[in-house]
Amino acid sequence: MSGVLGIVLKRLGLGLLTLLIISILIFFAVELLPGDIAQAVLGQGATEETVNAMRQQLGLDRPAPVRYLEWLAGAVQGDFGVSLISGNSVGNVIGPRFLNTLFLAGYAALIAVPISIILGVIVALLRNSLFDRVANVMTLTSISSPEFFLGYILILYFSVQWDMFPSLASLGPDISIGEYLYRAFLPALTMVLVVTAHMMRMTRAAIINLLASPYIEMARLKGTPAWKVIVFHALPNAWAPIINVVALNLAYLITGVVLVEVVFVYPGIGQLLVDAVSKRDFPIVQACCLIFAATFILLNLTADVGAILTNPRLRHPK
Amino acid sequence: MGSPKKNEVLLEIKDLRIEGYADEEWIEIVHGIDLTLHRGEVMGLIGESGAGKSTIGLAAMGFARDGCRISGGSVEFDGMELTTTPKADLRALRGSRIAYVAQSAAASFNPAQKLIDQHTEAPVHYRMKKRLEAQEDAMELYERLRLPNPTEIGFRYPHQVSGGQLQRAMTAMAMACRPDLIIFDEPTTALDVTTQIEVLAAIRDIVDQFNTAAIYITHDLAVVAQMADTIKVLLKGNEVEEASTVEMLENPREDYTKSLWAVRSFKREQRARPTDATQPIISVEHIDASYGNSDVKVLDDVSFDIYPGMTVAVVGESGSGKSTTARCITGLLPPTAGRILFDGQELPARYQDRSKEQLRQVQMIYQIADTALNPQMRIGDIIGRPAEFYGNLRGGALKNRVDELLDLIELEPSKFYYRYPSELSGGQKQRIGIARALAADPRMIICDEVTSALDQLVAEGILKLLDRLQEELDLAYMFITHDLATVRSIADEVVVMKQGKVVEQGPKDEMFTPPHHPYTDLLLSSVPEMDPNWLTALLEERGVDNIGEAADTGKSALKPGE
Amino acid sequence: MSMFVVGYYALLIAAACAAAYFKQRSAFVVLFSLTLISFVVGIIGGQSALWTITVGAGILALAAGTSYAWREFLVILADTNIGKTLTGNQLTYSTIIGVLLIGVLLSYWMSWGVTEYLVALLIVIVAASMLNHESAKALRTAPLTASFGMFVVFTYAVMGIFAPLIAPYGQAEVVTQAFAPADENLLLGADQLGRDMFSRVVFGARNSVGLALAATVLAFTMGAIAGLFAATRGGWLDQVIGRIADIIMSVPSLIFALLMLSIFGTNLIVVVVVVAVIYSPRVFRLTRAVAGNVVVMDYIEAARLRGEKTWYLIRKEILPNCTAPLIAEFGLEFCFVFLLVAGLSFLGLGIQPPTADWGSMVRENATLISFGEITPLIPAAAIALLTVAVNFVVDWMLYRSSGLKE
Repeated sequence: MSGVLGIVLKRLGLGLLTLLIISILIFFAVELLPGDIAQAVLGQGATEETVNAMRQQLGLDRPAPVRYLEWLAGAVQGDFGVSLISGNSVGNVIGPRFLNTLFLAGYAALIAVPISIILGVIVALLRNSLFDRVANVMTLTSISSPEFFLGYILILYFSVQWDMFPSLASLGPDISIGEYLYRAFLPALTMVLVVTAHMMRMTRAAIINLLASPYIEMARLKGTPAWKVIVFHALPNAWAPIINVVALNLAYLITGVVLVEVVFVYPGIGQLLVDAVSKRDFPIVQACCLIFAATFILLNLTADVGAILTNPRLRHPK
Repeated sequence: MGSPKKNEVLLEIKDLRIEGYADEEWIEIVHGIDLTLHRGEVMGLIGESGAGKSTIGLAAMGFARDGCRISGGSVEFDGMELTTTPKADLRALRGSRIAYVAQSAAASFNPAQKLIDQHTEAPVHYRMKKRLEAQEDAMELYERLRLPNPTEIGFRYPHQVSGGQLQRAMTAMAMACRPDLIIFDEPTTALDVTTQIEVLAAIRDIVDQFNTAAIYITHDLAVVAQMADTIKVLLKGNEVEEASTVEMLENPREDYTKSLWAVRSFKREQRARPTDATQPIISVEHIDASYGNSDVKVLDDVSFDIYPGMTVAVVGESGSGKSTTARCITGLLPPTAGRILFDGQELPARYQDRSKEQLRQVQMIYQIADTALNPQMRIGDIIGRPAEFYGNLRGGALKNRVDELLDLIELEPSKFYYRYPSELSGGQKQRIGIARALAADPRMIICDEVTSALDQLVAEGILKLLDRLQEELDLAYMFITHDLATVRSIADEVVVMKQGKVVEQGPKDEMFTPPHHPYTDLLLSSVPEMDPNWLTALLEERGVDNIGEAADTGKSALKPGE
Repeated sequence: MSMFVVGYYALLIAAACAAAYFKQRSAFVVLFSLTLISFVVGIIGGQSALWTITVGAGILALAAGTSYAWREFLVILADTNIGKTLTGNQLTYSTIIGVLLIGVLLSYWMSWGVTEYLVALLIVIVAASMLNHESAKALRTAPLTASFGMFVVFTYAVMGIFAPLIAPYGQAEVVTQAFAPADENLLLGADQLGRDMFSRVVFGARNSVGLALAATVLAFTMGAIAGLFAATRGGWLDQVIGRIADIIMSVPSLIFALLMLSIFGTNLIVVVVVVAVIYSPRVFRLTRAVAGNVVVMDYIEAARLRGEKTWYLIRKEILPNCTAPLIAEFGLEFCFVFLLVAGLSFLGLGIQPPTADWGSMVRENATLISFGEITPLIPAAAIALLTVAVNFVVDWMLYRSSGLKE
């Protein structure tokens, strides 16, 4: 097993390194601003004094690498500095919103993952049938639609015309979990639609790819019934691709969440990021980007490690 | 053999027609084949690639691959008509009464399951045996097939077992339900000659012991001669002829069959090294090489000389380093030690550092003509490019040179100049490859297994062409091959390689007459011969335990099963 | 029960019976399951629900009919083998293309007013050069979805190129009061400032698609060239470019775009460059993989050993052997880029007002949704339709290039 452990550790190290490079990128991208942050935020009209005062306050007089290390050390502990606009601690602003976003993504994932994997396997088994073709057209359509298109259609029907679900996902501080699920239903459904389509197609491709391998033909020629071929021969080898599909799509959820949050005015980190971008509130932008990137990298890492752990060649070395 | 049931018909195929889906239409690929197989009989299906052997083999199980369908005729197995049998009944037949052994055992075993679990799947599923019984039976079969550690080997995963052993394990798996019929689909094609023997011997033994009928599919005449009672020759989905093995070998009726047998007759006079002070054109001096940064030496102190106008054959099994040697000479893989001289001058190790003139002198012809020619270029451009590049020929002069080269390789210039490689047959493509090498006007050509992907008749044509070109243009050849028949027909000198080392070298006649180096002996004796009794004789001479991997490594395997 | 309901069921059942009689199994299954579903839907939703199904089926039938006719039309065009004639002489063909390109640029700078026609001519010639016997054969077996996709792409191209001629009003022209309802002058009503929605949708085809196309072309050029060089040269160059691509790809694309746009502002060129940088690693990886399969071929080795330079290898030996997957990837890439740009515009970070742009039009009119109006959905649907269309065509191309194995 030491071989596997070594590979996993190597992969983890690589992930950490990538994250570090990304953090450098995020931090120093802001340094590329014409002038500096203070100038950019305060605009052309600001007097030299106010700009200098802000520079003092942000500690811009010190060299960038030093500030980067401080920022990174803070970020690891959840301290991302203060907002340039409101002056609040970024960590405090982001905290609850990040939980909301995680909740929404988790909600969507819980619905989407089982449905899409089961449907994907079914479609792969019925490949080239009418059902498969219809599913192909539907998933393609779903993938091709921008999230806001799906979102507004859902609002139009489920909320405006039939009045079944609220169109604005306003979350109070003390609402029950049932109410929570109810109010977040439409945003979650929007994401489910997109992600399910993606996942179904990828699962289908992975399974079909697998079914073309000689050992599946061999199993069939041994007279193994179709369901046994799937359960005993295809599935044990399908874990790696399926884990990959799930992780990739969870990562996709993380991005899709931004647009969906804006459509439904959902109080999550995505909306915060968009607001901060238009207000040029850089500490918040940096923090949000770092969090998104970290989640993304983490999920990809999970996929890779999952693939390593389920590979029989690595689990049972010579 | 000789069981009382022997004359009972087991499988009867009549007018079998199979269609394949290609280019958006169904095209018939098997045109009405008849086949009768009795119990306990082994029939060899032989033919070149594209003859439809595997498709017919699968159809004997009532199975058609995706993109294929049985479009006519009947397949009757023991009184059951397989083309009309419901799918469930058909499935119940597979594994239990008809079994299949695939070409690539490494790909056909499920990588996620232990061998023995895959072995016992069919018998347990058909409720023929309890799981433990099936496992014990598996171990017994492993022992009969002379697998090392029969009690333990089944509990390994496929990637933990070598290729030859996997192929035997797959044969054992096919035997698990004691089927009436086994389809062997090129079971030894992917193996080296020394490994091939042990698998052949094991398969033949076990088929004999259980009196199982078998269809043995292969393109290798000598192999099928050892295995089959009757031989059926196929060509492009049609039957050429069928006869018992002895009769087929002694007096084939059809011209096509005769031509297959005649192939190995081409033989050239052996030339000797020049006696004057002529320098070797290529001189490989003590080179070592390894891939990447690994310390594993792929080549270890390899030295030999090639003199102008001579053919040196480099032989060995896969992994012996013969192709690596060629890569060192061409400069694709710089050796880690030693040097290579051209006409007495040291060549830079990397091809990037060599001059245009140095590059021009040594050209290559590749094994697979399909990957050696750019599919998006016209023949005229493929052959013209080296002439343009080295000779600075343009316009009319270039066209004339290309025509001259096409004439040289016996292809009509006006017909081929504007064609693309995909419009050519395998042999024609290989000729284009030769013309491209000649276009550079080289003094030496490296031929890397140039005939092994070709059908035998075509291969002989290529060998004769190469021989003629050598006479006319005074070329030196370095001939890389694993096929000793080719070596016999064309080589002047032979270099035998094993695991990166030169085992023995010398003029061909000396090499083919004993006494040999033990490895040369093993290699020579492992090459199947047309004689149907060759395998039996060899096994008697060497003993069943002293073949293949066992003989190679010199360590004694387990005791025989019987 | 009204006549409509009776007629509805009678027609469905009759059609199902006819399908069954003529042994059209799949048609029968579809028709009969539609009948069964209609029972349930009719009971729950009443006559209006059945109307919806009828309208839906009608639209589907219309789309299928159009696609069928379009495919036959293309097949007939392709059978004339006009492409072979056009590309027969490489030099003439490239000269014509070159002259037209220069003409387009000149006309644009000098404002000759013929830019639209020249662009259209250019596209027609390029499209015609692909019509030959081989494409006729491929088109004949193309699924209706693919033909539908090609038809939609054609329509959008006409709409985008001739936008000023088609649109009744200018894109920034205020013609009436805000949110005016549709009438015969304003086909789709007015937007939040009283501009004609229809004209803005038409102009959007030019602006939104043009921007996405520019970004895709840039991403593609960068990615493909890097991929080809990495595959051909190998070694440290390959490693370095590969690592850079990995890093760019390890940040979610929308997030990366937001970060960059927050810093560099939302100028059009910045949008194009940022989007291109984000998506070029995808192209790089694909090109690297495809070209990677080509460079191991013996004919590449033969060319290397001949002493050929990298540029010759790429141009003559490698590129011609990777065109098919690269064209399909271009379509896919366009879809991704188009959706990302639309998303950015929707967030107010893409094309800036008053230029008409589908993404921002959705956002500007979003409030209308709560009144049950579908106005904001129209530009969104325009985005979805084009992406679907391109995806349909790409799907077909990928299916063909996969060797129909599956």
